[in-house]
Amino acid sequence: MSVAFSPTVARIGVHSVFGRRRGVLLFVLPAVLIGLAVLVRLLVGEDELAARHTLYGLGLVVVVPLVALLATTGLLAPEIDDGSISYLLAKPISRYSIVLSKLAVAAVCVVAFAVVPVLAAGLVLRTSDPWFGLGLALGAFAGGLAYCALFALLSVLTRHAVVVGLIYLLIWESLLGGLLDGVRWLSVSRWSGAIAEPVADVSLVDGLGLGYAVVATVLVIVVGVWLTGRRLRAFNLTGDE
Amino acid sequence: MSTILLEHVSRWYRNVVAVNDVSMTIGPGVTGLLGPNGAGKSTLIAMMSGFLAPSTGTVTLDGEPLWRNEKVYRKIGLVPEREALFDYLTGRQFVVANAELHGLAEPGAAAQAAIALVEMTDAQDRTISTYSKGMRQRIKMASSLVHDPAVLLLDEPFNGMDPRQRMHLMGLLRTMGAEGRTVLFSSHILEEVEQVARQIEVVVAGRHAASGDFGAIRRLMTDRPNRFVLRTGDDRTMASILLADGSVRGARLRSEGGIEIEASDFGRFSEVLPRMARDHGIRLLDVSPTDESLESVFAYLVSA
Repeated sequence: MSVAFSPTVARIGVHSVFGRRRGVLLFVLPAVLIGLAVLVRLLVGEDELAARHTLYGLGLVVVVPLVALLATTGLLAPEIDDGSISYLLAKPISRYSIVLSKLAVAAVCVVAFAVVPVLAAGLVLRTSDPWFGLGLALGAFAGGLAYCALFALLSVLTRHAVVVGLIYLLIWESLLGGLLDGVRWLSVSRWSGAIAEPVADVSLVDGLGLGYAVVATVLVIVVGVWLTGRRLRAFNLTGDE
Repeated sequence: MSTILLEHVSRWYRNVVAVNDVSMTIGPGVTGLLGPNGAGKSTLIAMMSGFLAPSTGTVTLDGEPLWRNEKVYRKIGLVPEREALFDYLTGRQFVVANAELHGLAEPGAAAQAAIALVEMTDAQDRTISTYSKGMRQRIKMASSLVHDPAVLLLDEPFNGMDPRQRMHLMGLLRTMGAEGRTVLFSSHILEEVEQVARQIEVVVAGRHAASGDFGAIRRLMTDRPNRFVLRTGDDRTMASILLADGSVRGARLRSEGGIEIEASDFGRFSEVLPRMARDHGIRLLDVSPTDESLESVFAYLVSA
């Protein structure tokens, strides 16, 4: 069965993300980021250190993964939870088409609600150096895609994808990532920082090669999509297990 | 013409057996899957629709496996029991989306035909969240019919329907069966099944208890010993008097009071009981049948 993008799955996905109250948060998160950027610029002026902390610490480490979590789980988790995904699955289409079409919607959300706001905030914080914003936007895009693939897999593995995803972000990415240096090897947001570095010409993450970050990010995306599709092929409708 | 074949199918969840060594053939026409709640009907339908792998045995549609084989959905229309739909879509959007997902050439026209078939044309532009239970059931039905499938699987389709909707759906299923489609629906109500189904498969506690046309099943269920609990002024005397009569097969004094009676000839027993009580001056305080519930009828069917 050929793997093709399905406009129908994507269209239902868009309804699913924005048809729920949770969708409002997708507008709040970037507003907070841009609002804070404006505030920092007004209070501190054009300062490299403040810009870096705001855009990386809040943008790439907090806003990007949260937008990815909201978009991806909004696309998959409720349908799996209430069983309505059976209307997508009881069709002669490849399970990978379903995953990829849904992730395409999630990726558009990431671009609209994370990548573009990061770029805008970057331009606000460092108007004289547009490469700073562009670099971090690139990192946000790479990290956002990896997070989407990761949370898609989480959605098909557990009914508590949102909670598990939040705990992962809080404990692993934020808390342990800040305390233990070794976490950088297994942290999507650290990788996205490393990808942003050469373009933005700043130092965000110590001791993490660009090559490693790119390979790790691509690997998470590919393996995440593959495992999610595989899991959907063996989806149990009754869910009594 | 399509046939679903189950061969020695079992399915267990950890140490709970939901379906136990079931073999059956579902051919063209309407088949009713009858059994009490929790008998394994939904598990069977999930396996017949490729949404569950059998633990042992095989389930095939025209020789093709159903598990991990999305191509089979060209032939299958599935109406799940769960109510959840895409509530934020209108009925029409939902059915059109289903048609598109099937890759139909003219999804709009196919959706209109299916919506008309279930008499939902007037309500098709309302969002599904405003639909009643019966309307949801019908739009689900339309979504499963949109690609004109050879096989139609419905899990408890009559739940939540009012009598008029029920009649309409029954007519629809009969038509589908007469057209040569393989239609299977589950129900826990014998009356519902026998009005529609040509063939009835009875499932109890995960086992395939009986199979046949409704006449055969009906006979199995009605020609059975009847059980009653009596409370009288003198249980012990009454029990001995009744045992002496040919219409009673067994009598047992219950520790909590009362007598359990198993009558072999219900007609005669109902005549004899009040006369004997009067002749011997024993007051009948309570006479109540104990096995009128479907569960006990099924229990009998299984042990028979």
